Amino acid sequence: MELSAATLARIADKALSGERLDRNEGHDLLVEAPLLELGALAQAARFARIPDKRVTFVIDSNPNYTNVCVTDCQFCAFYRKPGDPEAWTLTVDEVLAKIEFAAAKGATTVLLQGGHNLALPLQYYLDLVSETRRRFPQVSPHFFTASEIQTMATVSGLSVGDVLDRLWAAGQRTIPGGGAEVLSERVRKRIEPKKGGPAAWLDVHRDAHRRGFKSTATMMYGHVETPDDVLDHWDAIRELQDEHGGFTAFVPWSFKPANTLLEKWIKQHQGPNVYLRMLAASRLYLDNFDHVQASWFSEGKRAGQVALCFGADDWGGTLFEENVHKAADYVNTITVEEITTLIREAGFTPVQRTTTYEIVKAW
Amino acid sequence: MQADGGHSLRLSDTRLAPIWEKVQARERLDAADGLVLLETEDLLGVGRMADHAKRRREGDRVYFVINRHVTPTNVCVLSCSFCGFARKPGEAGAYEHTIEDMVAMVKDGVREVHIVGGHHPDWPFEYYERMIEAIHQAHPNVQIKAFTAAEIDYFWRRWKIEPKEALGRLKTVGLRSMPGGGAEIFSPRLAKLLKYTGKADPERWCEIHGTAHALGIPTNATMLYGHVETLAERVTHLVRLREQQDASGGFLTFVPLAYQVATTKLAPRQTPPADSLKTIATARLMLDNFPHVEAYWVTLGEEIASIALNFGADDVNGTLEDERIQHLSGAQTPAGVAREQLLRMIHDAGKVAVERDALYNVLQIWN
Repeated sequence: MELSAATLARIADKALSGERLDRNEGHDLLVEAPLLELGALAQAARFARIPDKRVTFVIDSNPNYTNVCVTDCQFCAFYRKPGDPEAWTLTVDEVLAKIEFAAAKGATTVLLQGGHNLALPLQYYLDLVSETRRRFPQVSPHFFTASEIQTMATVSGLSVGDVLDRLWAAGQRTIPGGGAEVLSERVRKRIEPKKGGPAAWLDVHRDAHRRGFKSTATMMYGHVETPDDVLDHWDAIRELQDEHGGFTAFVPWSFKPANTLLEKWIKQHQGPNVYLRMLAASRLYLDNFDHVQASWFSEGKRAGQVALCFGADDWGGTLFEENVHKAADYVNTITVEEITTLIREAGFTPVQRTTTYEIVKAW
Repeated sequence: MQADGGHSLRLSDTRLAPIWEKVQARERLDAADGLVLLETEDLLGVGRMADHAKRRREGDRVYFVINRHVTPTNVCVLSCSFCGFARKPGEAGAYEHTIEDMVAMVKDGVREVHIVGGHHPDWPFEYYERMIEAIHQAHPNVQIKAFTAAEIDYFWRRWKIEPKEALGRLKTVGLRSMPGGGAEIFSPRLAKLLKYTGKADPERWCEIHGTAHALGIPTNATMLYGHVETLAERVTHLVRLREQQDASGGFLTFVPLAYQVATTKLAPRQTPPADSLKTIATARLMLDNFPHVEAYWVTLGEEIASIALNFGADDVNGTLEDERIQHLSGAQTPAGVAREQLLRMIHDAGKVAVERDALYNVLQIWN
């Protein structure tokens, strides 16, 4: 069933005059709007927010410090249980060597994350931050997703707020948005029952934003979610963004099923049209987010180029190292030169940014 | 969206507005319109117009066929600059299939066999005739789509067999349709530059398709783009095909072929997806007398082929158990994509998958 022209025109008028879309309208966009109409509207909203024909990217790397994890998420191919012969945990020095590798290649951001390893003390995490700051001042430590910060609270006996204060004192200013998956009670119960409901993720980000941290909001779709679950997710992050404005960007990507427990039910990842729809609808619905990221990494470089015409204004990063998708047999690599070429080919000006989306330089 | 109710599109390029008026009024677009469509930066504007034209014809249907490519030989007397497939006689990697081999390559579950090969210096026309006859007799339910206009022209150049006679004889032994290859780009400038002057020129190519149409043999038409051609040359190509279709009416499908950068390097990089999507959309809008426009997944990649189904394409070709020519030129897609993958490409685009035979008879709807 397709939207009537009148409904579409009404949504368009609302979105472009800055009026907030309601849940029914969000549903219309996610389910019924013709894809290219949706894309053109999202692109208009993108240029209303970011008038330049620039597309930003970051030079970054995504190493990991441990694959030991106790939460057994059904969508994860990366983790190993404590004691598993394939389990590993790096020392602070070993992690710093990875950061040195990234820094040598020009990285300004290192997104470091890992499993929930109860054997690691809070000091380990604080050392990772402070040593990174000390040895590589040009690298912004974009470390530890919400559930890892909760793990630190658990092992230290401190509150999440206290842990965040310590991380801040050690020099951390931004937090990656992973671990959100889909912020819906139903979905999280089904695919990650040990990680808690949406509040578990949202509360950490709220506490962080209150303290001045910036973070991103991610969404991994293409498993058991319905459009209503996606709208739950968007409503939750839109409300939180109204409170403190701490989210820099929204970053959706499709779930990759290989080697995960969910693979039994879900054989294939969602394709490019579904991705473009997600991206364009999010650009319109998340009216208080400055940036929406096109994920060349998880959706492919060519689909990434097309995504720049569907509301995205950021290309993500170089991801010199990446292990989580790799564990699901999904590998993709890129160089800075290729990024700038791909962005230019798509008709935009490539601009290097920092973790917090400040401009470094135009290429 | 109403079909023709003066629906207003949000167009970021004002040059598209008069074209959209014409499209809605079903007026024929001219060459200048075609050039605007290819030049504009409003990718989604062009795409939405093409999607409108596609839906008006086919609704949400997207076609595919379970097919197989057979390439009798890669030995070729030509030296086209864009080809990474051809070998000279005796050169390393040159091969020649026997008729028995080719009969065995075709399996009965296949609906269409697509046969295209090099211009072999010695094989007599009778060899091709026997090839078609043997495959047809062994697999009477498999429709044979064989020999580009360039090969039919070569039968005249090499053996002085007129196209009308060649096509008539081939039809008698089992040929059902003709592929659209060998058109390259209709441009004398490029024929010279890319060394395909030894091949059927645009007039000859069109004449042979007209002959086939008159004999009741439907055909396809291709365009090789994304190398050194100009956008105006693409438009000229499309307009010439449209004229031929007005005259002879037997084209089924237009198949734009994105040039593959690999062993041949006419361009530094494969043309970007926006260019392919615009080319497909422009073709849908310009070729108002062609029933179908194809998103050929082998040259586009599966992602862009799937996206192209929202930019005016209504066909993805088929399962292609063997696609030697494009693969030797480096097409990045896994050979032999199964029906399931084609269905994913179509369903991801929100379309209804229609399994067809070579002549577009509907075999099954997959939802």
